[in-house]
Amino acid sequence: MTTIRMQDLRKSFGTFDVIKGVDLEIEPGEFMVFVGPSGCGKSTLLRLVAGLEDITSGTLAFDEKIVNSLTPSQRGIAMVFQSYALYPHMTVYDNMAFGLKLAKGSADDVKRRVHKAAEMLQITDYLDRLPKQLSGGQRQRVAIGRAIVRDPKVFLFDEPLSNLDAALRVATRLEIAKLHAKMHETTMIYVTHDQVEAMTLADRICVLRDGNVEQVGTPLELYEKPQSIFVAGFIGSPKMNFLTEEFADAYKTDILGVRPEHLEIKDKDGLWKGKLLLAENLGSETFLYIDIGAKEPLVVRQDGSAHQQPGELLCVAPVNNNIHRFDQSGRPAAN
Amino acid sequence: MTASPTVRSELLRQRSRSARLFLLPMILALAIVAGWPLLRTIYFSFTDASLTNIDAAKWVGFKNYLSWIQLKSGRTIYSGLLVDPAWWNAVWNTVRFSVISVSVEAIFGMIIALVLNAEFKGRGIVRAAILIPWAIPTIVSARMWGWMLNDQFGILNDLFMRVGLIDHPIAWTASSDTAMIAVLIVDVWKTTPFMALLILAGLQMIPGDIYEAARIDGVHPVKQFFRITLPLVKPALMVAIIFRLLDAMRIFDLIYVLTPNSAQTKTMSVLARENLIDFDKFAYGSAQSTLLFLIIALMTMLAIWIGRVKLDGGER
Repeated sequence: MTTIRMQDLRKSFGTFDVIKGVDLEIEPGEFMVFVGPSGCGKSTLLRLVAGLEDITSGTLAFDEKIVNSLTPSQRGIAMVFQSYALYPHMTVYDNMAFGLKLAKGSADDVKRRVHKAAEMLQITDYLDRLPKQLSGGQRQRVAIGRAIVRDPKVFLFDEPLSNLDAALRVATRLEIAKLHAKMHETTMIYVTHDQVEAMTLADRICVLRDGNVEQVGTPLELYEKPQSIFVAGFIGSPKMNFLTEEFADAYKTDILGVRPEHLEIKDKDGLWKGKLLLAENLGSETFLYIDIGAKEPLVVRQDGSAHQQPGELLCVAPVNNNIHRFDQSGRPAAN
Repeated sequence: MTASPTVRSELLRQRSRSARLFLLPMILALAIVAGWPLLRTIYFSFTDASLTNIDAAKWVGFKNYLSWIQLKSGRTIYSGLLVDPAWWNAVWNTVRFSVISVSVEAIFGMIIALVLNAEFKGRGIVRAAILIPWAIPTIVSARMWGWMLNDQFGILNDLFMRVGLIDHPIAWTASSDTAMIAVLIVDVWKTTPFMALLILAGLQMIPGDIYEAARIDGVHPVKQFFRITLPLVKPALMVAIIFRLLDAMRIFDLIYVLTPNSAQTKTMSVLARENLIDFDKFAYGSAQSTLLFLIIALMTMLAIWIGRVKLDGGER
């Protein structure tokens, strides 16, 4: 059970500031997801926690103990890399046992821990194979296994699913969720650019933007009460519609945000009216792109497949007045 | 191969025909500059050819390699290359030179490659500078070192005397104790860059994330080298060592220029040339050349065989 506390954490490469003062507290046993667009500094922040990069200024503490100058192995962390980073010349067993053997664990203990982790990840059959004889998904399991056997206080994931195909990504995501349930005493930090991964896995999400924390909260908090246009646009798929000018004026705000799933097609008396440009039919749901005269087409989500034809005139209105109002600076407007 | 009536096989035939056509000039050139001289040399090794009248060479069988006469007293006297102490001395010199120089070059090459693989300012310049010894023609560097090692005017003796390492000048290239050392020093100086470059190429193939994983596993730097870097760079290292060994086995120019006529450094190539040209024992020299060829051919085959069996563990 480890609390991670960052205070005014900064990192620069030369004159280039990557992390610009992050204050964040991660609760013991929490699954925290760092999410943000590429270049926002999420991976760098994770590497600062891991100890793979030096902290420029600020403090990083595990359970009140400042770990700024500790090596990665002294911090008691384990990390799963996007590229797996397995030792190519060692068997699966040796990959998992290498760190333990160096830490002078007894042979029996090493064997027991490796086999326990292998069973947990269902890779017992591959223990004497080399990484190159495994598929991408199997390699990632080995990488996770190597992290598990270290019995870490803090478990770090750096975009672990990015190199997997879509089907495998969903399956491995479930595995990681199960892993978190089993290792509920271990604090986990998970970096991703995929907001679906963030929403499904996280206890809390930390949205990063340009080296700053934009918002921290549970997935639902971020979805329901985004504290900025950036978060509102980043969380949710397809992204929130933003309307300005006369559309926003009607709601006495500068920018009006409505999620596609909070819009519905009305037979008549809709708030907005426009021509259907395109219907993306996914079977279970359909996304309608409607030109209501705003800068960008309005996206509306509908259950099931759509019967509307492109060119048809449609009326649209928000459901239950489920809208978000923002001021010019991108912050939520005061009521 | 049986011809099948498909279009595909016709295409294949066409492609192999044009491939053969493209190969022909190369094979022809090789036959003229390598094949023909080789066959001539092997032929002359079975004759009594002399440089003055090569066309009058007569077939003598294995006499140049081994022959014997039985004396009336019952003693048998053997003669020929296989019982020639000068030849076996040259073989021993060659092997000694090859093993020592390649081992030292491998170790220095590895150290230099590890340094060049690290990130530091001016790495590009250092990488280029390290290649200079290798780029200098051997004749030039041998002469240059010859002067530096000179017993009266050499800078090395002067340096060592001033520092107090030696109390009288050493005739590095002439003295029988130091001739081989002198040759080794120059060869190591000259070919370590080549070794370093080949190993560096191998080091750069190792993905960097593995070292990050090793840092998280808490691997000590020394252990990291022996358990991770060395096994992963081994394929490249083995190729470099085999290349250099084959090269060292036929060393000629450096020794011919630096320490001519020294029994301590005379290698197979130097001895063969001596017999062929200086001593006018053309047939005998041919026999030596043939044997040298056989030894190197055998080693090459061995190297390729080892390469096929062992050197494919490099990829992830």
